[in-house]
Amino acid sequence: MASKDTMDAGMGGDVLLSHTSQLDTLINLARTNSLHYLLFGLACCGIELMQTGGPRADLDRFGAVFRASPRQSDFMIVAGTLTYKMAERCKLLYEQMAEPKYVISMGSCANCGGLFQLGYSVCKGVDKMIPVDIYVPGCPPRPEALTEGFLRLQDLVMRERWKDKTRPAAPLGSASGTG
Amino acid sequence: MKMPGWEAGILRQCQKFGRLTGHIPPGYCALSCFPLGCGDMGFEFGAVIAFATMAILFAMGGLSAGRLLRPHHPTKAKSTIYECGEAPIGKAWMNFNPRFYLVALVFVIFEVDIALTFPVVAVFKAWVAKGSATGFIALGELLVFTLILVVGLVWVWAHGDLGWVKRLAKTDERPSGGRRAA
Repeated sequence: MASKDTMDAGMGGDVLLSHTSQLDTLINLARTNSLHYLLFGLACCGIELMQTGGPRADLDRFGAVFRASPRQSDFMIVAGTLTYKMAERCKLLYEQMAEPKYVISMGSCANCGGLFQLGYSVCKGVDKMIPVDIYVPGCPPRPEALTEGFLRLQDLVMRERWKDKTRPAAPLGSASGTG
Repeated sequence: MKMPGWEAGILRQCQKFGRLTGHIPPGYCALSCFPLGCGDMGFEFGAVIAFATMAILFAMGGLSAGRLLRPHHPTKAKSTIYECGEAPIGKAWMNFNPRFYLVALVFVIFEVDIALTFPVVAVFKAWVAKGSATGFIALGELLVFTLILVVGLVWVWAHGDLGWVKRLAKTDERPSGGRRAA
């Protein structure tokens, strides 16, 4: 049941577009415009994350404010190189977030290890630890690129049905999937 | 004009006020010290009840909608104490400083003082209008009430409980007296 317009737009993959009810639309409208993100700036992408929250490319205009606590955040922007030492903390923080939760992997290092793929201490991609919803390529991605990733996340949230939203997240360690 | 529940004395005084102010019809007092449901004061309490009901319903409705709509999947890892991703050590509850208790206690006492001063001020104007003797009696009563509480404030002040930085207790080697509370 793939959507024709998303396939034409080159998003790739099969996007399940089942019917969302009016209540779903209303709830998702509220959720989409108030997605708070857990600040997880680890390296240089963190600087670009700060600038994306800054005045020129404003993330706050979408209702996305940064939170320091996983309890108060809807999604997590992993911005930077994930070392093995940090990977344990990243996993615990992801588990401490409340459903429904999402992950945006920002930059090459978070996507696949990036520049440091030969490093002994670098985790080759954050999706080895937690399930990722949106990958934003770049080294570092420009604020406009991260904003585009955030808009794709908003589309994802708008498409969700309530019963999918309230099911528990996939247990970590299984195949990667949306949280 | 006789309203139910009013004594003759108050009625006369209010008619006097009606003459003084001019825009209050005779039989009505300018002060808001009437029983409920009399004259044009009854609607104000209805507005208070409506406001309180809507405030409570607003808060409860928002919380209930959240409770019904949100997912609830507690897991062991999710319920751990947040310590920036580290494995937590110890409990999240800490002892709080008892200085806050002292300051809050003094605050509450003087808050009650202020709250009890307001009705005195409300009837003050009527007593002054009755005569200068009754006006001074009202002022004297209010001053006595406040002074009793100020005595308590002076005691707390002299005892050092209003200060934030407390001195440590002196050690036993020095024979000087006056151990202050830590």
